[in-house]
Amino acid sequence: MTQKLIGMAPSRRAVLKGAGAGLLTAGFAAPVWSQAAPIKLGFQLHRTGIGAAYGRWYERTAQAALKVVNDAGGINGRPVEIVFEDDGTDPKRGAEVVEKLTSQHNCDLIFGPLFSHVVIGSAPRAGELKVPYLVCSEGFHVASGMLNRWTMQPGITDVRAQVSSMAPWVLANLGKKVTMVYPDYAFGHDHRDFFSAAVEAGGGEVIAKVAVPPTETSFTRYLPQIPNDTEVLYHVMVGPAVLTFVKELGEFYGLGAKPQIFGFIDSLEAVDIASPGLEFLEGTHFWEGHCRNQQADASEHEVAYRAAVGVDANGASVSDAKDVSTYAHMFSVWETLHVIKAGMEAAGYQGPADRQKFVEAVEAMTEMPESLAHVQGDKVFNGKTHQVFGHQFISKVEGGKLVKVHTTSIEDSIYPDAVDYMTQSF
Amino acid sequence: MSAGTKAWGLHLLVLALVFLAQFVLPSYHATNLARIMVLAVFAMGYNLAFGYTGLLSLGHALFFAAGLYGMGLPIWHLEVAAFPALILGLLAGGVMAGLVGILALRTAGVSFMIVTLMFAQAGYLTLLYLNSWTGGDEGFVVARSARVLFGFDLASDTPRFIAAFVLFAAGLLLCLWLVRSPFGRVMVAMRENEERSRMLGYDPFRVKLITLILSGVYAGGAGAAYGLLFGYVGGSFATIQYSILPMLYVLLGGAGTVLGPFLGALLMFYLIDITSGYTDAYFFVVGAALVALVLFAPKGILGSLRERVLQWLP
Repeated sequence: MTQKLIGMAPSRRAVLKGAGAGLLTAGFAAPVWSQAAPIKLGFQLHRTGIGAAYGRWYERTAQAALKVVNDAGGINGRPVEIVFEDDGTDPKRGAEVVEKLTSQHNCDLIFGPLFSHVVIGSAPRAGELKVPYLVCSEGFHVASGMLNRWTMQPGITDVRAQVSSMAPWVLANLGKKVTMVYPDYAFGHDHRDFFSAAVEAGGGEVIAKVAVPPTETSFTRYLPQIPNDTEVLYHVMVGPAVLTFVKELGEFYGLGAKPQIFGFIDSLEAVDIASPGLEFLEGTHFWEGHCRNQQADASEHEVAYRAAVGVDANGASVSDAKDVSTYAHMFSVWETLHVIKAGMEAAGYQGPADRQKFVEAVEAMTEMPESLAHVQGDKVFNGKTHQVFGHQFISKVEGGKLVKVHTTSIEDSIYPDAVDYMTQSF
Repeated sequence: MSAGTKAWGLHLLVLALVFLAQFVLPSYHATNLARIMVLAVFAMGYNLAFGYTGLLSLGHALFFAAGLYGMGLPIWHLEVAAFPALILGLLAGGVMAGLVGILALRTAGVSFMIVTLMFAQAGYLTLLYLNSWTGGDEGFVVARSARVLFGFDLASDTPRFIAAFVLFAAGLLLCLWLVRSPFGRVMVAMRENEERSRMLGYDPFRVKLITLILSGVYAGGAGAAYGLLFGYVGGSFATIQYSILPMLYVLLGGAGTVLGPFLGALLMFYLIDITSGYTDAYFFVVGAALVALVLFAPKGILGSLRERVLQWLP
């Protein structure tokens, strides 16, 4: 479908001025492309379905990254195009989209999906088609060895690394007796298992695990299950239920003593933290993959990235303050596109015949220093597990804003390899 | 030429055209056709229950998922080979339909819809709860090494297409034979007037249960094949969406026609595939198309064709 420019509502005069200026400067400013055909990248987009809020921002981020890459000369001197296809956040459609992008649109590779079930449902087809499939999913499924050699996650850390690296800080600063409240399905179970293990390894104790069925819309019957001696309440609720959960949590504790509260920002991605009903979050802590509110120590690259994707200092669209971004995750699209550029240039990529060389080039990557290509921070890529490792941020809600209070080290997040994809055949 | 000869001739011709399509279609559409054939088998099963017997179920996702997991779990946990796993999936669909049928067939009409819907929803939630066994909402990959049937690698395009075709052809011909058999006529009698059929000495509960089990075997076979051919087993296939889809395929193609489910699956697949390239609101387009269908051709494409031109169409 037709692509739209993001964050712009130009007047007629502005358009005419811009067009005139563009005509005058086109010969000087635009990259001079060779006659070679553009490199076509397929983007498996959650434009509709439960991932639509993420998809909207992932598309904007991809467009912004594409502009930066093309303005800098493209890839191997060739312009780059992105073909977006909606997968409806559905694994069946996801596999069909992989097929369509590869066989019909003739894309060189595919990237961009977030939701785990879509990734797991689509990766087998990518492996069969022998097309590189770079996911932005956070799931442990890549590093667990469940997928295949063509599937990689070089742009975002996985949930196992995230919870493992933050547990020491939580235990040292918030308390050692932890109660976990999580949705009773795979996403919640990952948190339950990996965070529990990290808490026990750190000398803490998970004193209660409150699993909430996925269809639940009210939490009042679960909140009394939180033991009175809980020091830290860890929550990873997702979807619209988050607002209800926080509101009911506030009513449950009232003005009395309450534990420290630590949550995953996944709960509140694309949601204004100053929304009515969320006042109870003041003073609580969150994991953030990337700080939504611009921090005082933000790097020049982070500032440039924020401007490029059209996000203001509060994490909302510059054109609509109510349109809150999925800032903690969407950097993965930006970084993945830059990894694609680096990988293709390292492989001397010319066309689909070089797809294997591209995968091998990415597998050979290790250090990824903080830069315009890696705006969230420096990272280390593990070619064996196809998974990147990086920093995590813990923020505190102060005055309705998320203020960073801790940055984990990369070493804190690294765990033993569960697979060596490099030993698998293509 | 008799109606029977025409019917068999037409269906064999359609099978021949579908088989030959793999040699002329671009690879994208050939793989799509393999998917459509498997989904059409699912819809054929639904058509036996709904189109021929009048059982409007909203729980067929459960039977499809039973086949999917009946095939996938033995491969994942017990390393069972592909063929026995496929048979297990097929049986799982039939057994699940039998169990649901024994209870749900005590009701009829809207109550039957609601009861089957609730069973399917309970099945879906059970899959999520048993996350460590089923992979929950994320699902799991069927290992490529396990997707080998009689020495053929089902992850390769040609064997996959042929496997889907064999299933489709078997489903189609069995369906054609069944609906033209005496039992098929009893199924239609149940749909048209259950009380009169009872007066004639038929046992509606027995006929409907057998039909539902057959329908479940079709759905289970399709689920098992889908997982095996495309390498993924996941909870999303047990959601209500997969109870609605076969109903839409059947309504579009023509309820109570043997070829209707295939035609409906084919058209619906490409309706979504093409419109999603132009608009985010492609389900709106699908909905509008269905409203138009109900208004102007309530018996579906082949149903309307049968009514006006091809009276011999089974």
